[in-house]
Amino acid sequence: MSKNIEFVKFDKVDKSYDGKVLVVKDLNLDISEGEFITMLGPSGSGKTTCLMMLAGFETPTNGEIYLDSNPISNIPPHKRGIGMVFQNYALFPHMTVYENLAFPLKVRKIQKDEIDKKVDKALSMVSLSGFESRMPAQLSGGQQQRVAVARALVFDPAVVLMDEPLGALDKNLRESMQYEIKHIHENIGVTVVYVTHDQGEALTMSNRIAVFNDGKVQQLSSPDKLYEEPVNSFVAEFIGENNTFGGEVIDISKGVCKVKLNNGEILANPISVNAKGDKTTVSIRPERALINPKDKMDNNQKGKIEEVIYHGDHTRLRINLLGNKEFILKVPNSSNELDLKLGNEINVGWNSQDARALDPK
Amino acid sequence: MSSETKQILTTDGIPLEISLKKAERKNKIKAFLLVAPLLLFLIITYIFPIGEMFTRSIDDKMITNMLPKTFKSMETWDGKELPPEEVFASFLSDFKILVDKKEHGKLAQRLNKEKNGFTTITKKLFRQVKRNKIDETQSIKEQIMKVHKRWRNVEYWQAIKRTAPPYTSAKYLKAMDMYLNEDNKITQVSEDRRIHRILWLRTVEVAFFVTVFCFLMGYPIAHLLATLPMKYSNLLMICVLLPFWTSLLVRTASWMILLQQQGVVNDFFVMIGLVADDNRPEMMYNKVGTYVAMTQILLPFMVLPLYSVMKTISPSLMRAGKSLGGTPFVAFWKVYFPLTIPGIGAGCLLVFILAIGYYITPALVGGASGTLISNQIAYHMKSTLDWSFASAMGLMLLSGVLVIYWIYNKLVGVDNIKLG
Repeated sequence: MSKNIEFVKFDKVDKSYDGKVLVVKDLNLDISEGEFITMLGPSGSGKTTCLMMLAGFETPTNGEIYLDSNPISNIPPHKRGIGMVFQNYALFPHMTVYENLAFPLKVRKIQKDEIDKKVDKALSMVSLSGFESRMPAQLSGGQQQRVAVARALVFDPAVVLMDEPLGALDKNLRESMQYEIKHIHENIGVTVVYVTHDQGEALTMSNRIAVFNDGKVQQLSSPDKLYEEPVNSFVAEFIGENNTFGGEVIDISKGVCKVKLNNGEILANPISVNAKGDKTTVSIRPERALINPKDKMDNNQKGKIEEVIYHGDHTRLRINLLGNKEFILKVPNSSNELDLKLGNEINVGWNSQDARALDPK
Repeated sequence: MSSETKQILTTDGIPLEISLKKAERKNKIKAFLLVAPLLLFLIITYIFPIGEMFTRSIDDKMITNMLPKTFKSMETWDGKELPPEEVFASFLSDFKILVDKKEHGKLAQRLNKEKNGFTTITKKLFRQVKRNKIDETQSIKEQIMKVHKRWRNVEYWQAIKRTAPPYTSAKYLKAMDMYLNEDNKITQVSEDRRIHRILWLRTVEVAFFVTVFCFLMGYPIAHLLATLPMKYSNLLMICVLLPFWTSLLVRTASWMILLQQQGVVNDFFVMIGLVADDNRPEMMYNKVGTYVAMTQILLPFMVLPLYSVMKTISPSLMRAGKSLGGTPFVAFWKVYFPLTIPGIGAGCLLVFILAIGYYITPALVGGASGTLISNQIAYHMKSTLDWSFASAMGLMLLSGVLVIYWIYNKLVGVDNIKLG
């Protein structure tokens, strides 16, 4: 069976709460069957609103959402068959774990022994077998979270929505839950739409990430592409760390352009600049700039170390480079031969391919 | 502490528990001193009056103190035939003392309550004693029996004997339309004289239905309050609380203006043609008036606990219920409603307990068929001055409330109450 690549389809969706401001603007998004897609963005960017429209708790002001080619705007939430994991788990506090999981099955009038089987299966999937008779309040945050995931999956929904489900957990637990959810998704192949503002979470778990800002999808691509090849300066800024230079294009040829900064010139990879005189922001990932590079690189600049911060596996250097006092470098701690002292002058080099000339900020 | 647990010592070798108590003692004393004024206030204004009320309701010492010798000599009397000479003699000597103290009237009054007819014969005996007509050298029994034929009736002597114990349950029995007959058996009063039982039943009925009405009206309001955005819910909250801040009398009086036969509501009904002008329904001075006014007055007591509970229920729970496939009704009934039970319990208990002892409103708008037991209590406090009877009824009301509280605790658990 071939997978439907337009399993969930947002078609020109607008959403406004007050008739004055659009929270979601002209959203077009296709989600294919079995995909793990993450909506990532700062708070207020419209990602949760999109999720709520898909779940049926908000109606699109304009446009239509299709689920398996059927428009769903007029279908109430309980008939959509979409599982949802809420930010605060939303476990029913007066029901045991078993009753919580049996709830979606009971309302579907499924036989008692069938319910028992499904609940058993769902609980063993999240490794919580034996917790059937516990009340939610007797579980730890991570366990509650897993019950919530099991409950959203127990009735075999076609799509599962997760609204910042790991927000309330501490760091270690959050990381292990990320892997757990990822594995569950890989094992049962359900379509997952995941909302988060944590880029680490998004990069680890997703097949594709939709970066939201200002009610619009800024970039929709796989995690590695998103990180390596951001298409605009918002994405470059929002995902990972980023060194930027603001300047003006003074020469452009195929694959490379020359950018004039306030005090210097650098070579960069033209992404969203077309002609001489365009304003631009050049973005370089910290790990792409090297100190005293052995290979030949087409950008070489001198910088002064302003700050040295020890990070265990690596050391971060803040360097004053070409007038940018916030230029960050990451140096692996195995390279001991370097003299990283405050105030030292060092050589920094990078390839023009890794310096992406994006839209001006 | 189980015997296996080893006693834990502090670093200085003092047992941990003792050390802990010592460390906490100062805080405990401080906490106690903080509540001490309130505690004292409660003892003086609440515990003590209730104790006083209780003793008053069962107290029957007055007559015990008036006829000490009589009751002593009556101890050996079996109460079947007329008492022996000795009883008559001691009765006369007690009676003479009372005459000297001018207290024979009180005795007559008390005995008349026990059995009708004592007033006359006590008066007759008083005249004989006053004129020194009774010769103590001869049989006193014969002489007293000659004063009035009722003194020859054994029933009257039995009545005196019944008053001997210093305590009586008569007031409580009376409140339930019962009394102790000549054979010391609990008997019902004749049917046409039973008024209290009707009042008790009506009180419970009114309190029950007022609670039901308050619940039916308060639940949606509380839900709306808890789910509306802040700026609207604050306004609505003020609307709920406004009557709360208005004087009870003013509110009741305004209901009188609204509900009377020539009142606003009736005028409106006539205007829209619901009723004929010459056939205006009576909505006041009966149960309808009591229901309407009490429901309105007690509504905030239902809304506030419900609201405070509903406020804590996350809206995502209802959403979860719906997204898992429950229709809005199922999501409400299986998820939302069970979570509001603590509020329902608190609200219903509060309204019921307040309603069962309600006084002003039924007195003003209740009329004859809408008055409740509390009005009867007030009547005996103010008009008949039978305070011990009023105390007995008050205590019965109080114990009724405690029983309800106990049942509620058994069924729902008081821990589940949430008042705010």
